[in-house]
Formats: sequence, structure tokens, C-alpha cells
Amino acid sequence: MTGIQARFHLVRSGFSLDVDLELPGRGVTALFGASGSGKTTLLRLIAGLERAPGGQLRVNGDTWQSGGDFLPTHRRPLGYVFQEANLFPHLTVRRNLQFGLKRVAAPTRRVSLDQAIELLGIGHLLERKPDRLSGGERQRVGMARALAVSPRILLMDEPLSALDLARKQEILPYLERLHDELDIPILYVSHAPDEVARLADHIVVMDAGRVVAAGPITDTLARLDLPIRLGEDAGVVLDAVVEERDPAWHLARVAFPGGSVWVRDGGHAVGHHVRVRILARDVSLALTRHSGTSILNTLPAAVAEIADDAHPALALVRLNVGGSPLVARLTRRSAQTLALAPGQLVYAQIKAVALVG
Amino acid sequence: MLESTDLAAVWLTLKLAGVTTSLLLVLGTPIAWWLARTRSWWKGPVGALVALPIVLPPTVIGFYLLVALGPNGPGGQLTQALGLGLLPFTFAGLVVASVFYSLPFVVQPLQNAFEAMGDKPLEAAATLRASPLDAFFSVVLPLARPGYLTATVLGFAHTVGEFGVVLMIGGNIPNETRVVSVQIYDHVEAMEYAQAHGLAAGMVVFSFLVLLVLYTLNPTGRRK
Amino acid sequence: MLRITQLTMALLVLLGSQSALADEVQVAVAANFTAPMPRIAAEFEKDTGHKAILAFGATGKFYAQIKNGAPFQMLLAADDETPAKLEKEGLALAGSRFTYAIGRLVLWSATPGLVDDKGDVLKKGDFSKLALANPKLAPYGAAAVEVLTKLGVLGAVQPKFVQGENIAQTWQFIGTGNADLGFIALSQVSKDGKISSGSAWVVPGHLHTPIRQDAVILNNGKGNPAAEALAKYLKGDKARAIIKAYGYEY
Repeated sequence: MTGIQARFHLVRSGFSLDVDLELPGRGVTALFGASGSGKTTLLRLIAGLERAPGGQLRVNGDTWQSGGDFLPTHRRPLGYVFQEANLFPHLTVRRNLQFGLKRVAAPTRRVSLDQAIELLGIGHLLERKPDRLSGGERQRVGMARALAVSPRILLMDEPLSALDLARKQEILPYLERLHDELDIPILYVSHAPDEVARLADHIVVMDAGRVVAAGPITDTLARLDLPIRLGEDAGVVLDAVVEERDPAWHLARVAFPGGSVWVRDGGHAVGHHVRVRILARDVSLALTRHSGTSILNTLPAAVAEIADDAHPALALVRLNVGGSPLVARLTRRSAQTLALAPGQLVYAQIKAVALVG
Repeated sequence: MLESTDLAAVWLTLKLAGVTTSLLLVLGTPIAWWLARTRSWWKGPVGALVALPIVLPPTVIGFYLLVALGPNGPGGQLTQALGLGLLPFTFAGLVVASVFYSLPFVVQPLQNAFEAMGDKPLEAAATLRASPLDAFFSVVLPLARPGYLTATVLGFAHTVGEFGVVLMIGGNIPNETRVVSVQIYDHVEAMEYAQAHGLAAGMVVFSFLVLLVLYTLNPTGRRK
Repeated sequence: MLRITQLTMALLVLLGSQSALADEVQVAVAANFTAPMPRIAAEFEKDTGHKAILAFGATGKFYAQIKNGAPFQMLLAADDETPAKLEKEGLALAGSRFTYAIGRLVLWSATPGLVDDKGDVLKKGDFSKLALANPKLAPYGAAAVEVLTKLGVLGAVQPKFVQGENIAQTWQFIGTGNADLGFIALSQVSKDGKISSGSAWVVPGHLHTPIRQDAVILNNGKGNPAAEALAKYLKGDKARAIIKAYGYEY
């Protein structure tokens, strides 16, 4: 039995949490929601840093909480990355990394200190104290420290939220490496859609202490009925493979089930797995295939569902492109002019595609 | 200038302050920890009880200790039942009195240090496989070091300066309960001002040096 | 309106005449005289119209304060040395010294029956702590050491000494049972001429030099009729009756 089964009910003044979740035992699962939605509390409940009496928690087949039984945090084989790294200020980077490592019995060590250091690229920082590190460096040390305990699950509480954009860009590649190279499940709390789009395989959307949607990221992001509106960030994430590269124009064609799009060449070799993100605002619809347009990518699609957007002028349209979902945002007037209806065949004109990983 | 009785008093005072401070650090740590972490209703009453010696005149504390530890008091009955005899007029009695008297000066800096630390280092330690006790020694103690330095210096200095309590339960026995502050008092009362000055000046210098150490070595103390 | 003015005038005249006739004297009083002195002062005020303002404390402390300019006009000391010293140093009026009371030493225990009426308990040594006032500081302590020396038991009982800084504290050691017995002033345990509790041996006066408590008028009291009146009053029958009732002689 792999995966995480979690059932918690918690009432605090002005806040209640009520979840009954089954999470996959591999890949990155994003716990996504606005602040106050309960996503961090859920993560802390899973770590045992908070207690919800009567809760149930099984991780990879082990019972961590059930009835009156409660496995204290220090006995749970997890790694935890805090929002602001939370390094021990009195210890050097090396001693911070060793802190957890030396408390893990040798036979259960699967990650060596060198591996953790290499994975996060912090070899040059080992003798420094935390107050001599930048925010991004601190966070990388925090991640390496969590990995050094050879966790069977990695819990990350908004590890990028305290960082500016440049620092985020510095860390994201390391997070992707974790995603690609670790075969342990990662629970990743975030309120930033771009991070989620880039990293998550699964997503749990939370609102007011409750789970409002959960599932694979592609399907879940394409749903139009989420009460939590992503606004400008509404759109889909697709897993794709690099099919061909055009060195003359510095473009690459990436294919996903049911179609392919041209994107700026990110330097990935043919056959490489990438992830693309297509925002709803960048997709427009036409009834016929246009020529004489600057738009590079036009895909035949079928209208699956039409829904009102947050603003009364706008509508969201979910499309089916040979099995992969796309979401388009257009004005309700356009939707009416085009007489859009489910099942109708249209051309999706994609103005921009972001290669996110 | 100092007579041998003065030197004996100095040595006794340092011994008393040393023993008292060591005991206070051991006793004060769990009390301060509990006060810093608890959400219990008892936090208020216990905190107030610990702080009492700050506001009570030392002679009041001394008098109640004399009554409580005397043959008819509850403390005295207990020590007699345990075969320890009576504590007033003994060095052990002075230690007990000083521990009570200097308790807030050790507990409060420790409590402040523990409170300022918050939950975060403990949480980090727990996620890195450290049991609460392990985390206390490997994380809390090193992080609370400035608090311990302050507590040690204040506890020691306050015990050295203690007078009223010792006067009440000491009985002025050489090498046993006659500490420097009592010796100074005796010199003044006996109009032996030269000796009184010698010891008093020594105490002023000592206190200044102790505080100097505290303020120089303790950067957080300096900032606050 | 007129009546209020008249009343005020009358009050002012009354108050004025009062202060013209009666004077105040600031008196520093030895702590052991705390009980009888307020009664004497009350009678003094009733009989003479003068007012004695009393401050109680250790004689040694008063000496230090007087030397440093304290505004006392008269000192009722616990010994005879301090007033003599003040006079010699020119801080007190020459020739104003007199003995206002002679203290009686008592060996007292809070436990009934422990102290016999001959003081034999000192020879038997059947106790663990003997309290006395610091002999260096307190005349009663010095007298106690004299008594023990005369009885030939000083060496035997010295290891059992616990010393109070003054006789009040010495009383506390004994009263709380922390010391089995001890030497204090008869005035501390006598009420209406009798020992009020425990057991006691009133030490015969020939076993120690008399504990003379002398009074002296200080330089600040020069020319103050109230100071002179109080000095005279303390030697009178009325004051002496009170002094005797509290266990002193004169």
C-alpha cells in the first residue's frame, strides 16, 4: 500500500479544517490555495507538528496516526522544508546538514551527505553560518538538510514564498531536480500558480479548510468549476516530448497526446520530456483556420464546456484537443457571435506557450 | 587591610554564590522552560510566585524562612523527618534561602531566552529526528546561551549581594554563615569603618566587573 | 462671612499660642527601648505640652547618621559608650549625659521548663543552639559573654553560638524555636513585671558589668526647651515607674 491516506478534523477559533484525502505515493503533489485555506495546517498535521485528535494518517502503508496512537514527529521518516528555511543559527551549513543525518540509523540511510550537497549545489557554502547566506542559499541548505535524513516523504511548506523573483528562478531548477531524481512523494504547499504549474504532478485545491478539487494537474487545472479562481493564471499544463528542433528559427516542436505546438527552443534534446503551460488568456478561437496571421500554433479542437468567468464580460471555454485539454478565455459576446456550443469544432489559436520545465 | 575573618567571609560568600548559582541553573531551567511554553492557567500564579523575591523586602523572606524552616515550621519538620536536622544557622540553610531569594534572577532571563526562541528551532529539530530531550540539549541550550550567561551572572551577583535574608537565618557563624555583606554590616555597626570600606569597596568593584563582563560578552544583552 | 473670618482668626490665635508654648524634640531611641518610650512620650506630652518625635533604631546606625548630619536633637542609646563618644567628639552637649535605664539580662527559652531559675542549664549543656546578640555590637551580647566567662562555660558553649545583629533579632531566633535558648533583655519578655512565656533565668546583676543605657542632648538640641524638659522628665518618678514595669532598672 503506497500513497497517503489522511483524514483530519480540526476546529480552532475562527478556523476549521475538514479533509479526507488520498494522495499518490509518487511525484509532486501541490497543496494549493489562498492563505488561510488550511494547506499549511494540513501539511503540519501530516508532519505531526500539529495534532488533530481523532485523525487518521497512513503514509506508504505505515500508520502515523490512528485513534489514540500518535507517532511523534521525530519518529516519522519525513523530510520537512520550512517556509524560511529555519536553519539552526548556531551551526555551520555542514553541521546543519549533519544534524539530521547523524540521527538516522546507518542501515536506513539512502541519501548520503555528498549526494544532498551535490543535488542542491551547496558545496561551496559548507563552512558558513546561516546568517552569511542569501535567502536562496538558505533555502537550498534547508532542502539538502531535509534530504539528508533519507526521508520516505518530503514535505515542503511554501519554500519559495519568502524569496524574490530572481531567487525563485535560482531555486526552481533544484526543485525540478528533486522532482526528477527522487523516487519519494513530495507534498508541496504553495499559493503561486506558476510554481504549481512547473512542479506539480498532482494538485489538491483547498479553500476554507476543505478540499475543493484533487487530481492529476492537467485534468484538474482544466476544470472550469473550481470555486477558487486563478484569474490571469487560469490555464492548463501539459506534459510533452520534444519531437523536432528547427535550428534556423530557434524553435522546437513539442508534442502532447492529440497535438503539438512550436515553442522557443529551450535547448532540450529531441525525445526530452518537457512541460508546457498554456494560459487561457493566450488562447483565442476561430471557426475557420486563418492564414495571414502571426500566430504560430493553431490546433483543431472540440468545445467541451462553456462557463462564466469571474468578470461578467468573460467566459471560459474548455476544449478537447485530441484528448488533451485546453482552456480559452474570451468575451461572452464573442462566444455568442461564434454561437459556441459543446461538441462544436473550432480552431484554437495559441498566442503563447510557456515551456515551464 | 583585610583581616583573616574578612578573607574567610569573602571565601564563604564566593562558595555560597557558586553553589547557589549552580543549583539555580539546574532548578531554574525546567521552571523557566515550563513558564515559557505552557498555556496553562497556572502560568500566572507560578510566574508571580517566582517573582515574589524581587518585590518582598529580604527581611520578610528571611523571617518567613526562619519560621518555616524552624523546628515548628513545615520545612523544619520535613528536614528533621529526613534526618537532615534544622537548616537555619547552617551553610545548607543559607543555600536554600539564597536559591529562593535569587530564583527570579535566574528564571526570568532563561524564560526570556526560551520565549524569544519560539517553536521554530524545536520544530526543525523534530523533523530532523531529534527527540524533545535531544533537541533541548542540541538546539535549545546553545541558542539560549546568552540567557544562561545573564542568568549565571545575575544569580551569582545577587547572591553575593544578599544581606537581609542571611542576616535573618544565618546566625553570623564564622566559616558557616558569616558572609561578606554581614561582615560589612558588623564593621559599620562596630564603627570599624576602615575594614568596612575595604570590603565594601571590594564589593563595588566586584559588582562592576561582573556587570562589565555581562554587558561586554553578551551582545544580545547589549542590544536590548 | 464675618463669622467664618472670626473663627479662622480664633483658630490661628489658638494654633499660634500652642506652638509658642510647646516645643518639639527629635529623639533617636535605641531599638530595645521601643516598648516603653512611646508611653513615656505620651505622658511627657500630657504633662509638659512638649512633643517628642521618636525614631527607633540601632545605636551604631544612629551614631553614623549623627556624625553625618542627621537632625536628631537627643539620643537615647543602648549603651553608655556611644553618648560618651559623641560628647568627646563635640557632637553632643557637654555635661548633658545621664543614665536613663539599666538593662537586665535574661536567659530565656520559648520552651517552658528548659531554663531553670539558677541558670544551671548552661552547665548541663543540654541544648544545641544558644542565641546571643553580636557581642561586638550589642551591650547585651557583651554582657552575655561576661556571664558565660564567669560561669566558666564559655569554651563549652561557644560552638553552639548563633548571633543576632541585635537583641530583637536574637529574640526571633529563640522565639521561633530555631535556637533553644539565648540571652536577651528582660524588657523583651517581661510584661507588667512578669515573664510572659517560656522559661527564664533573670541573670543576677553581679555576673556582668551593668548595661547602662545613657541619654545625651545633641548639638542640634541646644537651646531647645523640649530637649531639656525630656531629659528632666526621664529622671522623674512617673517615667521611672514605666521604665521599671518594662524590666529595666535605673
